[in-house]
Amino acid sequence: MLTLAHFLTLGAILFSLSIAGIFINRKNIIILLMCIELMLLAVNMNFVAFSRFLGNLDGQIFVFFILTVAAAEAGIGLAILVVLFRNRQTINVAELDDLKG
Amino acid sequence: MIVQELIFYAFSLVMVFAAIAVVTVRNPIYAVLFLVLAFFSAAGIWMLLEAEFLAIILVVVYVGAVMVLFLFVVMMLDINLVPLKEGFTRYLPVAVLVAVAMAVELLMVLWSRGRFGASMFPVPAPNSSDYSNTRELGELLYTNYLLPFEVAGVILLVAIIAAVALTLRTRPGIKTQDPAAQVRTRRDESVRLVKMKSEKPRGT
Repeated sequence: MLTLAHFLTLGAILFSLSIAGIFINRKNIIILLMCIELMLLAVNMNFVAFSRFLGNLDGQIFVFFILTVAAAEAGIGLAILVVLFRNRQTINVAELDDLKG
Repeated sequence: MIVQELIFYAFSLVMVFAAIAVVTVRNPIYAVLFLVLAFFSAAGIWMLLEAEFLAIILVVVYVGAVMVLFLFVVMMLDINLVPLKEGFTRYLPVAVLVAVAMAVELLMVLWSRGRFGASMFPVPAPNSSDYSNTRELGELLYTNYLLPFEVAGVILLVAIIAAVALTLRTRPGIKTQDPAAQVRTRRDESVRLVKMKSEKPRGT
């Protein structure tokens, strides 16, 4: 029988994997952005599961807004990435130390 | 019931595999494609949770628009992949340690004393066949959540303008129209009146 804990477990595993992804891909901004998307997906999974098991649709409304904000974030993040690459010819995080005092 | 469990485990396995691939694969293009796979599996699981509208939105908007945008950017940038992967093996133990610790903590909370099990959260009955998830969401969205809905629209507008403003550039030496100059033009810049005697028609 599929209980709420099954779905929350899936969300937890997904979130932990994306945390690991942020650790091991700390040089590549594109993968970092993708890990953030994966984290948001894990959180959304919890929202949808709770919405189903509590019989309350407000959780799905929240997922709707999270998807909206995530789309805006991805758009602006990729625009910044394109400008960055145009100016520096690199997206290596280690080389982005202009603001270092 | 057993069919639902089979579907859940199949989609979960695909999803976890895709997530592992996203964070470990060498080529960013493959990472984006594995992320698409993860989103598809998530849509399947949301379908299992009877969130049909969000499942479709996830595929149409997220995979269809945002992930394609990612793919475009990854393909447009000419990235040297070698320096981006350095430190992969160095940080791998730390990453595995943090991820495992976090997962174990979360799972201990989730599975201890049946806190989120069937006794505390009984499995709800499936919705009747004439239940429309989209309709219910719409009714909620356009009544209780009208103001957040409008704010979400404004956020998207700001994102559009910001993305265009960030990536717009004017390179020197390109012949383009300047609409402001075109509008600003005056009569004496483009019309020259010449005094001359009137011509006689021939033959008279």
